[in-house]
Amino acid sequence: MPFPTRLVLLVICWLPMAALADGSLSAEREQELETLLYQDCGSCHGMTLRGGLGPALPKSRMNAYSREGLAALILNGVAGTAMPGWAGLLSQEEARWLADHLQNDNPLDE
Amino acid sequence: MAVFPRTLRKPLAAVALLAVLAGCQATPQAELRGTGDLGVVVERATGSLAVVDTSHHRILDRVEGLGDLSHASVKFSRDARYAFVFGRDGGLSRVDLLSGEITHRVMQSGNSIGGAISQDGSLVAVANYEPGGVKVFDSETLEAVAEIPATYRDENGEVQRSKVVGLVDAPGNRFVYSLFEAGEIHMLDMREGAPDVTRFREIGEAPYDALIGPNGRYYIAGLFGEDGLALLDLWHPEAGVQRILPDYGRGEERLPVYKMPHLEGWAMAGDEAWLPAVGRHEVLLADSDDWSLVERIAVHGQPIFVMSRPDERQVWVNFAHPDNNVVQVIDTESREIVATLEPGEAVLHMEFTPRGEQVWISARDSDRVVVYDTHTLEEVTRLDSESPSGIFFTDRAHRIGL
Repeated sequence: MPFPTRLVLLVICWLPMAALADGSLSAEREQELETLLYQDCGSCHGMTLRGGLGPALPKSRMNAYSREGLAALILNGVAGTAMPGWAGLLSQEEARWLADHLQNDNPLDE
Repeated sequence: MAVFPRTLRKPLAAVALLAVLAGCQATPQAELRGTGDLGVVVERATGSLAVVDTSHHRILDRVEGLGDLSHASVKFSRDARYAFVFGRDGGLSRVDLLSGEITHRVMQSGNSIGGAISQDGSLVAVANYEPGGVKVFDSETLEAVAEIPATYRDENGEVQRSKVVGLVDAPGNRFVYSLFEAGEIHMLDMREGAPDVTRFREIGEAPYDALIGPNGRYYIAGLFGEDGLALLDLWHPEAGVQRILPDYGRGEERLPVYKMPHLEGWAMAGDEAWLPAVGRHEVLLADSDDWSLVERIAVHGQPIFVMSRPDERQVWVNFAHPDNNVVQVIDTESREIVATLEPGEAVLHMEFTPRGEQVWISARDSDRVVVYDTHTLEEVTRLDSESPSGIFFTDRAHRIGL
């Protein structure tokens, strides 16, 4: 094959994604992200976000960051702590969705 | 109607109430049966416990009202009738497996991570994150017996409290646990009634979990802050804590670890320990005499639990997100992967039946528990369960460290 199909697909898929920015995640993917947040992030931060080995993630604490800053923290992790960078598993947009959820739809309104 | 003096009315009412309650308890809600083939499945989203019968693959009962059960764990009384449920929200509950009732429940801290039952079965200890420390309760009444704050001095000389992790029971009515922030291992001796704590300092940075071997001799803590493991030989505590497996950890690349491996499930098979690598897609094999690394076995993802079938011929492995829909089976003799199974989405835990002919596996996001025959590696049955996580069978009641 003269041109790698996967690369073509990647480029085709990437362009509209980047252009649309927010709101282009499927409802199904958003549901998966919500499950990831409460169940998997919950292993350290608690399923109710009240903390465990990792700190609690109340709304006030989440809003001490900008949305972009929080998304970057999720993607890059926190050096010297158990918080891994999730860039290998999440896209920028997905991290932004999680940040937005933590800042605005956070059940721990403290 | 007889008129009772005022001072007697309340006690009489109390007696009447007790009689009613006793009547309720005497109601044969449950069949007359043993508990040796029972167990529980933690349903973390609903905060409930499914009581299961492993002989007939049935859910006998569902116990609700147990609070936040994310990362909840369970121990059993020595008569294997009662389950002690340690909730994340600090709740400690004692559940009667036969009647399905919560006989006692206390909110004993703000945030806890698990517990242990003493060798003689009389005490239940809980590891707390907030406030950091250990609390000990009478296993029949859940009345408080002792509280041991996990204090240490930080680099400024200030007294701080540390989160407690890796709490296990040890022979001699002792408990052993680790202090996450302090980097210490503490041994709590309850033989004399009053708590007697021995501290082991500077055991390594950020111990995050620990295990005790099946004979109760070695206590091993995993370190988040550095490579290697901290080992305390309980036959020779005077020798202090030593470092083993210096290569164990994330290594120089500092790989992202999406979920820390659990140490409790560590498999000991023959003279070898099978353990989950941290971050790497490997199961490690170590010589349990000198704790040297024998072999690295490539597996499907970042391993979480590495558990040996009771006959030690197989080791079963599950994985962290995003590879958590798979379970692999390794033959301990050939050290080859003999099966890759897909029980469902988000496999969290595996529990063997007491003699290991079957294994129960929880698939959280598929809302089911799948039972496999460990010889044919075929599925036997599946049970509906909402967000199942930990599975615990009553044979743990009679095993050190479980």
